[in-house]
Amino acid sequence: MKQSLEDHVATIAALQEKPASPSAPRRMTLNMGPQHPSTHGVLRIVIELEGETIKKAEPDIGFLHTGIEKQCETINWAQTVTLTDRVDYLSNLGNNLVYALTVEKLLQLEIPPMAQWMRVMLAEIDRLNSHLVWLGTHALDIGAMSMFFYCFREREEVLRLKEMFSGQRMMTSYIRPGGLALEPPRGWQHAVGKFIRQFPGRVDEYENLLDNNPIWKNRTQGVGFISIEDMIDLGVTGPMIRAAGIPLDVRKTEPYSSYEKFDFTVPTYTENDVYSRYRVRLDEMRQSARIIVQALEGMPEGAWQANAPGVILPDREKMKTQMEALIYHFKIVTEGYRVPAGEVFQAVESPRGEIAYYAVSNGTSKAYRLHMRTPSFGNLQALPTLLHDTLIADSIAALGSMDFVLGDTDR
Amino acid sequence: MHHPAILETIDALGEITLLADSARIVDLCRYLKDQQKFNRICSITAVDWHPSEPRFEVVYHLHAVDPTPAKSIPAVRRLRVKCRVSGTNPEIDSVTSVWRGADWYERETFDMFGIGFRNHPNLIRILMPLDWEGYPLRKDYPTHGYKYSYKGEEAK
Repeated sequence: MKQSLEDHVATIAALQEKPASPSAPRRMTLNMGPQHPSTHGVLRIVIELEGETIKKAEPDIGFLHTGIEKQCETINWAQTVTLTDRVDYLSNLGNNLVYALTVEKLLQLEIPPMAQWMRVMLAEIDRLNSHLVWLGTHALDIGAMSMFFYCFREREEVLRLKEMFSGQRMMTSYIRPGGLALEPPRGWQHAVGKFIRQFPGRVDEYENLLDNNPIWKNRTQGVGFISIEDMIDLGVTGPMIRAAGIPLDVRKTEPYSSYEKFDFTVPTYTENDVYSRYRVRLDEMRQSARIIVQALEGMPEGAWQANAPGVILPDREKMKTQMEALIYHFKIVTEGYRVPAGEVFQAVESPRGEIAYYAVSNGTSKAYRLHMRTPSFGNLQALPTLLHDTLIADSIAALGSMDFVLGDTDR
Repeated sequence: MHHPAILETIDALGEITLLADSARIVDLCRYLKDQQKFNRICSITAVDWHPSEPRFEVVYHLHAVDPTPAKSIPAVRRLRVKCRVSGTNPEIDSVTSVWRGADWYERETFDMFGIGFRNHPNLIRILMPLDWEGYPLRKDYPTHGYKYSYKGEEAK
């Protein structure tokens, strides 16, 4: 059952030997990564080439494995939210959201509308962040260097917004079970409004920059095809499957956090190549901007946390004046809140696809098991199929179009 | 849903769980894919109930998606299938023949819990190094591993 390291080395050595019959084409095994810049992190791919055509590609992952799922079993439910940030470091708020929804489902907590709308707005701001980083780095891989500077200009503004809300640029932990971590800061409407008014114009700018570029079109159109049947069989989600024409989006199919109250469409294309994946993400940025504007204009009044004294830390002022609040504070901070026994599965649409947490509670203040079904892990599984029979020069474009985050893959 | 491998159907918190006979899991999965249209495997994982017996629960999350390209939003359904596996010789049949996407999830479950998947095409560790000792997500595995220890603790 268990394969030792020696066996694995022997397998690789056997692959590199000369073919049995002299007429069979000779294959070359090429190691790509884990430090290759276009693998966006630490992904290693063992590629077998016949001439310049990829005949086999075997991803080797796990270089960023940090044992987050094991760690979640040792700390309490309230502390775990900080670890979810670190899973997918380009979409922290999205990960906070799926964790919060999972725990709230177990606790059967009702979240006030203001907090729900705020969560939607923040998750969409983070989607912009992730897509901007993807667009900048993907264009950089293909050779359009200036895209990187334009995208990171807007990303900087997104990070400033995140800092304004939570005090952190990346690891925000702002969405927590029960609501939000802090009261939204004064003047957030102005800051978000200023950013979102100019953003659609910036997306048009990117479109002009890339769509009128013949090199970009030549390198992306008709590259990186993978059939719909293969994608569903292999469990691919997100922009990859939407670029093939299937409008699969958890925000629409199983709405959470009052997404059903927002007016937006799920962009789909049918070409199923790297170019259409770029178009899908570009359109998604426009749709996210639409959602943010709606959230800004229709933000309900009211509380930003649920009314659940045993779960949510009491107000600082009350803690100093009321005995009961002090006891709750002490209980939550020292032993954490208890979550009723049970198991739940909660899916959310992350910028990369379906992110789903499966939590098992045995009634204590720590998770008995928290499994993270991450989109990058599911999508990366399709890499051998995606790269099969493509040219090695196209592999960078095909690889980049998947938009995986290795922290998300390895957890 | 009627299949001889289904032992019990549980409906809790709005989610349906099938408790299945681990010896006939491939049969059941093929039925769920062909007859019930659960064409996508969402994830496979396990839960360790150490020290009770049967020790492991292998958990499958299935997803039914309309595979035709359309402009309208497809209706989706989800289902959870659970199998109990003994701790003395944790083995279960692989469902990679039903969904190819099960491949990496089964490798991950093998890597983390040491549950063997029979007839899996390439059952090697995926996240941990190939020569790693022990199965990290088992409840009797210390958080810092066997090899290292914190300051003040004795190394094992």
